Amino acid sequence: MRVSLFIPCLTDQFFPRVGINLYKILKKAGAIVDYPSEQTCCGQPAFNSGYHEEAIELAQRFLQVFRSSEYIVSPSGSCTSMVKMFYPEILEDLGLKETLHDVTRKTYEFSDFLVNVMGVTDLGVYFPHRVTYHDACHLLRELQVKQAPRDLIRKVRGIELVEMEQSENCCGFGGTFSVKYPEISTAMAEDKAASIAQTGAEYVVANDSSCLMQIGGCLSRKDLAAKPLHLADLLGESL
Amino acid sequence: MNLTPKLFKTYAKRNLNNPRLRKTYRFATHHALANRLQVVGEVPEWEALRERAHCIKEEAIDHLDYYLEKLEVSVTGNGGKVFWARDGKEASDYILSIARRIRARTVVKSKSMTTEEIGLSHTLEENQLEPVETDLGEYIIQLAHEWPSHITAPALHKTRGEIGELFAEKLGIPYTDVPEELCEVARKILRSKFLAAEIGISGVNFALADTGTIVIVENEGNARLSTTLPKVHIAVMGLEKVIPSFVDLPVFLRLLARSSTGQKQTSYVSLISSPRKPGEVDGPEEFHLVILDNGRTELLKDPKVRESLFCIRCGACLNTCPIYQRVGGHSYGSVYSGPIGAVITPLFQGLEVAKDLPYASSLCGACSGICPVKIDIHHMLLYLRKQLVDQKGTPWQERLAMKLYLAGMKDSTLYRLGSRALRIALKLSGKQSKPLTVPGWTETRDFPPLAVKSFKTMWKELQREAEL
Repeated sequence: MRVSLFIPCLTDQFFPRVGINLYKILKKAGAIVDYPSEQTCCGQPAFNSGYHEEAIELAQRFLQVFRSSEYIVSPSGSCTSMVKMFYPEILEDLGLKETLHDVTRKTYEFSDFLVNVMGVTDLGVYFPHRVTYHDACHLLRELQVKQAPRDLIRKVRGIELVEMEQSENCCGFGGTFSVKYPEISTAMAEDKAASIAQTGAEYVVANDSSCLMQIGGCLSRKDLAAKPLHLADLLGESL
Repeated sequence: MNLTPKLFKTYAKRNLNNPRLRKTYRFATHHALANRLQVVGEVPEWEALRERAHCIKEEAIDHLDYYLEKLEVSVTGNGGKVFWARDGKEASDYILSIARRIRARTVVKSKSMTTEEIGLSHTLEENQLEPVETDLGEYIIQLAHEWPSHITAPALHKTRGEIGELFAEKLGIPYTDVPEELCEVARKILRSKFLAAEIGISGVNFALADTGTIVIVENEGNARLSTTLPKVHIAVMGLEKVIPSFVDLPVFLRLLARSSTGQKQTSYVSLISSPRKPGEVDGPEEFHLVILDNGRTELLKDPKVRESLFCIRCGACLNTCPIYQRVGGHSYGSVYSGPIGAVITPLFQGLEVAKDLPYASSLCGACSGICPVKIDIHHMLLYLRKQLVDQKGTPWQERLAMKLYLAGMKDSTLYRLGSRALRIALKLSGKQSKPLTVPGWTETRDFPPLAVKSFKTMWKELQREAEL
């Protein structure tokens, strides 16, 4: 099984360990992993702000970069949903049907891919800590992935998963929303941080670096003990 | 506060900083959601019901001309009168003409968002009539000269203490914050108004095309009184309220109460098909159905937003919306607030006056997930953002930033060079590995430092090691 890493621009610039850990996880699970180095950004920031012209250009570019991949796997529910759910919408009239269908079909968020495509839940990892899991909106409501990350967490040795109240509530990131409406965005993050603190968890785990950046930024500003942790870091760091 | 969506940002900021208001909204919305969850859980076929309701609405809206004419024929055949109103003024003028004809002085109103939309009470007042809101929540906001903060719970923003103060001030009663006592006061006053009123005005939850029946769903019995006691009953409906048939009604009745108040059924469901018929002992002598357009047919033209006309005004998307919960209904500057308000207010009033609303969403999708008729609300917000960009309605700085972003992202060499230049600059200024300062972000949250090496660099090194 050949897997191409799709590393979102935010991960590339701010959280590169997430990409490295994803590579280690996929390798351990038995995949042959490559990284198409021409990739940049999937176009989601433009699309979400209404700039379809810009988004279309980057979407077409993405199809070119990844067209020959067997599988495309990303450590972000959000960027995966951009490709899977929104590329068809913005590219439908451009006569790229076959490539489009092919690329969207073989693109996966990594927990979904591990559990539902590769059939792997146990990576033999030991992590003796109490964690809670945040359901990222796009992963949950655009891609309908809720169980796979929990399956992976539960198989970790020594781990204690404590569900927070309203784990499905948005953290308030929302892309440019976070700077367009910083007060509302922060108010949402504060409530999320409070739910996390209530569980007494040492780590809040999620599958999107953007949510974790928002949640982590709020936790540290409020001097709360819980630390943000990407699921790929949880699973891959010790491999 | 003025009723204009232009001031969303100002209102939202003010309301966010009002802890009392935040607490009120939090309590009310969470309470409604918890009740909803329980009664929805008792319906195993809930998803199928939503799907069915969506299909029925789709049928009705796609063939609106057919069903509306059918409705007119049915209503007229039953002895009612139908008036087609292009806008709020035409609707109000028609209602005023009836009032003049029968020399009416008092008008009782049951809860209706459509009449709120056209500011009917205000117009009636200006014309020397006494409009009295008879839904308790509506009565409260009428006394306070406010507009509804929620589609189904118009006085949601008020605590009982505030209602007590309001009643004491406006009605001259001793202060009390006991809900039963406040209710009793309103009840006594309203009872006399019901008896005095010559006209009763109601909204319409569903209009059934085949039987010419209008359906009104409520809990207080005030709609039933408003539509039966006065000698004239005028029902005002947005033209999207028509559904094809009587047999479609149960689907919606099961969805509506559960979604809005978390009840299995409301206390009253009134089905009204005609005025008093010869030989009947009660009921109004005249029944008028005002069918209002007010911008709705414009929406039909665009298949991307047409679905917004499926809305049955249950308010569930407001309750679940993290933005609505925190900024409150009045921030939206429109009688329609929350996610569905952020869609239909720009569509009804023009994108240029409501340009902040489509962006007042983190796109979390909770609204679309809860909608009982499966309106794709948050994707419509995305579509409205696109419309705004296409009209060049966004700030030039943002348009420029997008151009630069595209230039940097479409060329991987440029991307790599930029990435490296940024790191060199940070290193030279001694800010390497230090959290970045980002305007709009770091005032309230920490921002991470730029990674010393990007993934691209780390990957290259990894490849090199593997080759050794």
